[in-house]
Amino acid sequence: MQVFDVFLLEAVLNGLLFGGVLALLALGLNLVFGVIDVVWICYAELMMIGMYTVYFLYTVYHVPLLLAFAAGILVVAVCGALLHVLVIRPVLSTEPINQLLVTGGVLFFLQAAATLAFGVQFRNLGLSLPSLELGEIFLPYSRIYAALTALVAMVVLYLFLKKTYLGTAIRAISQDRQIMPLMGVSPGRIYVITSAIGGALAGLGACLLVLQYDVHPAIGLTFGPITFLICVLGGLGNMVGGFVAAFIFAQFISVGGYLFHVEWGYVMAFVFFIVMMFVRPQGLLGGKG
Amino acid sequence: MRRDLAWVVAVAVLAAVPLAGVGKYPLHLLIMILLWSFIYTSWSLMGRFGLVSFGHGAFMGIGAYVVTMLWNHFGVTPWIGIPLGVALAVVVAILIGYPCFRFRITGHYFALVTLALTEVVRLVIVALRDQTGGSLGVTPKTALAGGEPYSLFALQFADKAVFFYIALVFWLAALWVWRRVDRSMARYAMLAISQEEDAAASVGVNVTRTKLVITVLSAAMTALGGALYGQYQLYVNPDTVSGIGISLQIVFAVIAGGMYVQLGPTVGAVFTLLLAEGLRVAVGHDVHGLDTFIYGFLLVIFIIYMPNGILGRILERRGRRDTAVPAAAPAR
Amino acid sequence: MLELKGVSAGYGAFQALFDVSLRVDAGEAVAVIGPNGAGKTTLLRVISKLVGTTAGEILMQGRRLNEVEPHRVIELGIAHVPENRRLFPRLTVEENLRMGAFVPAARAQFGERLESAYALFPRLKERRNQLAGTMSGGEQQMCAIARGLMSKPKLLLLDEPSAGLAPVIVQRIFEVVHRIRDEGYTVLIVEQNVQQVLKVVDRAYLLEVGRIKASGRAAELAASADIRRAYVGL
Repeated sequence: MQVFDVFLLEAVLNGLLFGGVLALLALGLNLVFGVIDVVWICYAELMMIGMYTVYFLYTVYHVPLLLAFAAGILVVAVCGALLHVLVIRPVLSTEPINQLLVTGGVLFFLQAAATLAFGVQFRNLGLSLPSLELGEIFLPYSRIYAALTALVAMVVLYLFLKKTYLGTAIRAISQDRQIMPLMGVSPGRIYVITSAIGGALAGLGACLLVLQYDVHPAIGLTFGPITFLICVLGGLGNMVGGFVAAFIFAQFISVGGYLFHVEWGYVMAFVFFIVMMFVRPQGLLGGKG
Repeated sequence: MRRDLAWVVAVAVLAAVPLAGVGKYPLHLLIMILLWSFIYTSWSLMGRFGLVSFGHGAFMGIGAYVVTMLWNHFGVTPWIGIPLGVALAVVVAILIGYPCFRFRITGHYFALVTLALTEVVRLVIVALRDQTGGSLGVTPKTALAGGEPYSLFALQFADKAVFFYIALVFWLAALWVWRRVDRSMARYAMLAISQEEDAAASVGVNVTRTKLVITVLSAAMTALGGALYGQYQLYVNPDTVSGIGISLQIVFAVIAGGMYVQLGPTVGAVFTLLLAEGLRVAVGHDVHGLDTFIYGFLLVIFIIYMPNGILGRILERRGRRDTAVPAAAPAR
Repeated sequence: MLELKGVSAGYGAFQALFDVSLRVDAGEAVAVIGPNGAGKTTLLRVISKLVGTTAGEILMQGRRLNEVEPHRVIELGIAHVPENRRLFPRLTVEENLRMGAFVPAARAQFGERLESAYALFPRLKERRNQLAGTMSGGEQQMCAIARGLMSKPKLLLLDEPSAGLAPVIVQRIFEVVHRIRDEGYTVLIVEQNVQQVLKVVDRAYLLEVGRIKASGRAAELAASADIRRAYVGL
C-alpha cells in the first residue's frame, strides 16, 4: 500500500504555483478596491483583452513574445484607466451597487465584443513548454515561470507602494481622501493611476495565463468569480489577506480537483468561501469590513 | 377605479391573444416575456430594498434541474417535483441568507456571496454530469411520444396556448405578490432597513427575519420560474438557467425596466427580449453576442444616466406617486 | 502676503462666511478667534480651496486664488494643517512627513526638511517608524504641524491646534507655534483657546457667525470688552 501519494504532492505543488498567479490577479482587484472602493466585476474581462492582445501579436503578427507581453500589459493598463474615467467616475458618488452594476455591464459588453470580433473558438499560443521533472512529479515550466514572475511582480508592487512618493500617496488616499489636495495631490489623478496599475496587474496576469490556458470570450467567467472570492475571503482591500487566500483557494482547487473531479475542486473552494463568510464575515485578515 | 378597469381590460386582451390566431412564434415570444417577467419581478422583490443578489441563477437552476432530474430519473411528476425544487431553493436561501443577515453582510459582500452561490450551483450541475448531462444540458423525457396533446401528469403540453395561459397566470400572480409586499408593513420595515439598519433595529424591526422573508419569497418564486421555464423549453442547460451569466441578465433586465416600479421588471423583459428579436430580424440571422454587446453597452448607459430604469424615468417625468422610494445612498 | 476681500462661502444652501475681509502680512502671526460654529474652519478651507467661494477674492502675494485648483494651492506656498490633525493613521510618522513633502520642490529637499522637522520635534524622531494613528493626541498634533512645515511654506494655516488636548500639551503646542514664528514663518491660526493664542500672535480677528466683528493688535483684543462678552466663562 502506498503510504505517500506522490501525485497528491504534485497536486499540492501545482496548487502552489497556481496560487501565485491567482495572488497576482487578486492583488490588482484589491488595489483598486482598497484605494477607490469599487469592485471591477469586469476585471477578468480586462484580463481577457490582455490575453487576446498577446495572442494576436504573437501568433498573427509574429511579434517576439516578451514584446507581446509588454504590449499586453500596456493595453490593459490603458483599459483600466479608461474604465475608471468613462464608466466608474460618473457613478462614483452614487449608491455603491451602481458600480457593481455598471462594471457588470462592461463585462457583458467586453465578452460580447470579443465574441463578435474573434468568434467563440478557443485560441492557443501554440507554445509548448516542457515540464520540470522531479522524480515522478511533473511541474510545467509555464506554471513555474508564471509563479516566479507573479512573485517578482508582487515584490515590485510592494516596494513601489512602500518606497515611492506615488506609492505612498496611493496608500494615503484610502486613509483620508479629503486632505489629499493639501499635500498637493489630486485625488482624481491618483484614482486614474491606480486604475492603470490595476489594469497592468490584470495584464500581467493575462500574460502569465495565456501561456497555460486557451483564450476565448468566456475565459473571464473561469477566473473572474474566483478572483473576487479570493479578495473577499482575504478581506476586500487587504493585499496580504488576498495573497494568503489565493493560495488556500488554489490548494482546494488543485487537491480537490485531483482527489475528485476538476469541478469538485472548484465547488469545494467556493463552498469553503461561503462557510468562511459566516465564520469570519470580514474575511480572514479583513479589517476593512 | 379607473386603474382597476384598465387592468381588467389589459388582462382580457392578453387572454384573447391565443384565440386571435396569433402565430406560433409570436406566441412563443409572449410566453418567454411572461416567464421572464415572472422571474425578474421575483428578483426585484429583493433588489428594490437594496438586497442586490447576483445569485438568482442559483435558484432558477435549482428549480429547473430538480424537476427535470426527478422526472427523468425517477418518473416523479412535476406536480411533486416543482414543490420539491422550490423547497430546496428555500432551504438554500435560508442557509445563505440567515448567516448573511445575521452578520450584517450587505452591499458588495452580499452580492459577491450570492455570486459564489450561483457559481457553486452551476459547477455542481456540471460536476454531476452523469446525472445532469453536464454542460450539454438535458431534456425532460417526453410524455407525449404517442402524439397526445398533453399530459397532466408530466405537465407537458403540445399546444403553446396552454403554456401561455399558465405563464399569464403566474405573471399576474407575481405582480400581485409585488403589490402585496409593497403595501405591507414589511415594505416599510425593509425601507427603514435599507436606509439605516441600526436605527431600524432599535425601533424593534426584526432585521434578520424581515430580510429573510423577502429573500425566501424571492428565491421560491425564482425557482418556480426556473421549473416552468424547463417545462416549457423542454431543455435545460447549466449556462442558460444558472451561473453568473443568467444572474447578471436578471439584474440587467430589472435595472433597464425599473427596479422600483411594479411593472418595471416586465418592461425590462419586453425590452431585452424584443431587443434580441429585433436584432435577429435586422441582421437576418443569429449573430452570436450582438444582443449581449448592446445590452452591456446599454446597461452602462442606463446606470450612468437612468438609474431608475426606463419605466422609472417615464414615471418620474409624469410625477407619479406610486413608485417606491429607492434605497438611500449611504454617506461615503 | 495673504488678503481676503469680501469673501463669502458656504456649503450648498448653508452660508458660513459673509463678506469676510482680512490680511496677513509676511512674517506676521495672525489669529482668527471666535466661538464654535463661527466659520473659522471654513475660513481656512476657503483659503486652501477645499471649499469654494461664492463671492469675493483671495489673493496670495497678489495672485488670485479663486481659480486655482485645490491641489495646487500648496505650490503657491500655503500649507494647511487641518482640524483634528488628520494624519494618515496607517502610515508611519516619517511617511506622513513624506506626504507633506510631496510637491516636487519639497521632494528635492526632503532630507534637509526632515532633519529640521526632527530638530523642532525631537519626539517625532523617536517615533519615526510608528504608525501615526497609534500616537497620543499631542504627538499627532506635533506630527501634523511638522507635516505642514515639510513643504517650507510661505504661509502656514493652523486649524485649532489645541483642540481636544490636555492643558499641559496645549502649552507645549503654543510654545511650538512661538518657535515657528521665531523661525520666520508667517502663520494664520484659527483657535478657540483665546487666552493662549493671543499671547503668541501679533494681530487677531474676531469671527462670529461668519462675520468679522472686531480686529486689532493681540494685546488690545485681549483686554477688550468684545472678547470678554464673546467668551463668558471660557
